[in-house]
Amino acid sequence: MQLNKLKISEAAKGLREGKFSCEDLMKDCLVEISVRNKDLNAFIFVDEKMALAEAKEMDKRFKKGEDLGSLMGIPCAMKDIFNTKGVKTTCCSPMLKDFVPPYDATVVKKLRNAGMVMIGKTNMDEFACGSSTEHSCFGVTKNPYDLERVAGGSSGGSAAATAADMCIYAMGTDTGGSIRQPASLCGVVGMKVTYGRVSRSGVTAMASSWDTIGHFAKSVEDAAIILNVTAGKDLNDSTTPDVEVPDYTSFLGKGVKGLKIGIPKEYFGEGIDKEVSDKVMEVVQKLEKEGAKVVEVSLPMTKYAIAAYYVSMPAELSANLERFDGIRYGKKPKEKAEDLVEYYFAARGEGFGSEIKRRIMIGTYVLSAGYYDAYYKKGQKVRTLIIKDFADAFEKVDVLIAPVSPTPAFKVGEFVDNPLAMYMADSLTIPMSAAGIPSLAVPAGMSKSGLPIGLQIIAPQFEEGRCFMVGEVVEKVQVE
Amino acid sequence: MLTEEQVRHVAKLARLKLTDEEVKKFAGQLSGVLEYVDILKEVDTEGVEITSQVTGLKNVMRKDEVVASEAKREELLACSELEVDSNQVKVMNAIK
Repeated sequence: MQLNKLKISEAAKGLREGKFSCEDLMKDCLVEISVRNKDLNAFIFVDEKMALAEAKEMDKRFKKGEDLGSLMGIPCAMKDIFNTKGVKTTCCSPMLKDFVPPYDATVVKKLRNAGMVMIGKTNMDEFACGSSTEHSCFGVTKNPYDLERVAGGSSGGSAAATAADMCIYAMGTDTGGSIRQPASLCGVVGMKVTYGRVSRSGVTAMASSWDTIGHFAKSVEDAAIILNVTAGKDLNDSTTPDVEVPDYTSFLGKGVKGLKIGIPKEYFGEGIDKEVSDKVMEVVQKLEKEGAKVVEVSLPMTKYAIAAYYVSMPAELSANLERFDGIRYGKKPKEKAEDLVEYYFAARGEGFGSEIKRRIMIGTYVLSAGYYDAYYKKGQKVRTLIIKDFADAFEKVDVLIAPVSPTPAFKVGEFVDNPLAMYMADSLTIPMSAAGIPSLAVPAGMSKSGLPIGLQIIAPQFEEGRCFMVGEVVEKVQVE
Repeated sequence: MLTEEQVRHVAKLARLKLTDEEVKKFAGQLSGVLEYVDILKEVDTEGVEITSQVTGLKNVMRKDEVVASEAKREELLACSELEVDSNQVKVMNAIK
């Protein structure tokens, strides 16, 4: 038995039954990494010694009779955007190539308190900007199902690591689709939470009013187990509201009988691969057989979401990345500067990759005098209308189901010099980010050419439980 | 459409040094993106409020108590690659 193939639920059981140790579990993950990572490039940093030491420490604590819950002793892969104390955190940018944070992100701390053992840090698009992990200074992450194709992005490393069984689960961030899209392209479960459900403290900010912290797992149940640990109010992140954290696993096993599922027609039309929409509808029909009521709904603002995003997100990003000036953070430039302003120009010119420069430029432009009302304010108003779209839909239905990505994984290099075409990869995931609502990406089958296709289960704010309830049935009907 | 001159101006505002090649490339690419987002003009937003916070939180307060920072002063100063003197990061002259 290769232990690295286990789910959290299975590994947690095995550890408690004494069938294997945390060290065994970690060793199998490390073996898989040594075999596959040179092709996939999912991990950019693995410290075997540290990982094994942490695993052994958990074995010791198990022996003492300590039990920290389901994640105790389970190997986790961490997107390289989470601050990890004493461990390099680069955001895959030349700017932070040697940055070692002096503290753990809140989520990392919560996971450590629950007994997580970290294997290493995973690849991503620089500062989480991209849909293919091609904008990383460590090179592209490949799709485990086809090495000529991308794993998606920005959390492509975490998605590929989970799909290739190089870890048991992985952490990521989702601002406009950065968990759901790679999860869908790699055939794993990906959770994007309600805005503010999980603390962003210690996670490098991209677009502050959009950023969410989530995870990748091999089953819906595992995704619920992880959220039980990561969710909740944090004094270090004032955008985490004091909303009760239920036991998310209590939503499992309830079935979908009588549940109203909305099918937003705009997500099945033009621009969406027929193979993708057919696969998703096949699953929906099976849910209907399980007793769900399926109705068509309309989200008319869908087609404006990308435009609203590409105004608001770069604006927030350009403000957030101001702090990278080569003084407090960031590399000292190679070029010699004569004064402070020249120093800034040199540090930022050398430290940022193309996509980051592009987005900082868009953001600076839309925030500049004369354009603020026409672009920024207009975008924020359209965002209000997108929120209203979802509110209207949730008057009629309990959840929505839609495809995640318009196509299965695309080829490496296909869109890298065509930013606008790349931005369209997120057309079906951005609207939920605009509304701050949760969405769970779950595998829906395979394309004829053998690539994973995913669907997403979308719920109102703080109703992640509904995503798990439906997601579990989505898994079940595909096995039957 | 963004001219190369406008690109240079925005880059100056953003404190980004761009090569001539980058200026040329970005002029085209950014124009494309800005043309695309013009689609927003189709939407009637008369009387619509702006959204900048999606969960409706307002004025989040906490007690005005000093909480010890988790990272020590020396650790935070060590995040900078520049020389440190008297607990401060030494930077270049801002005024000549």
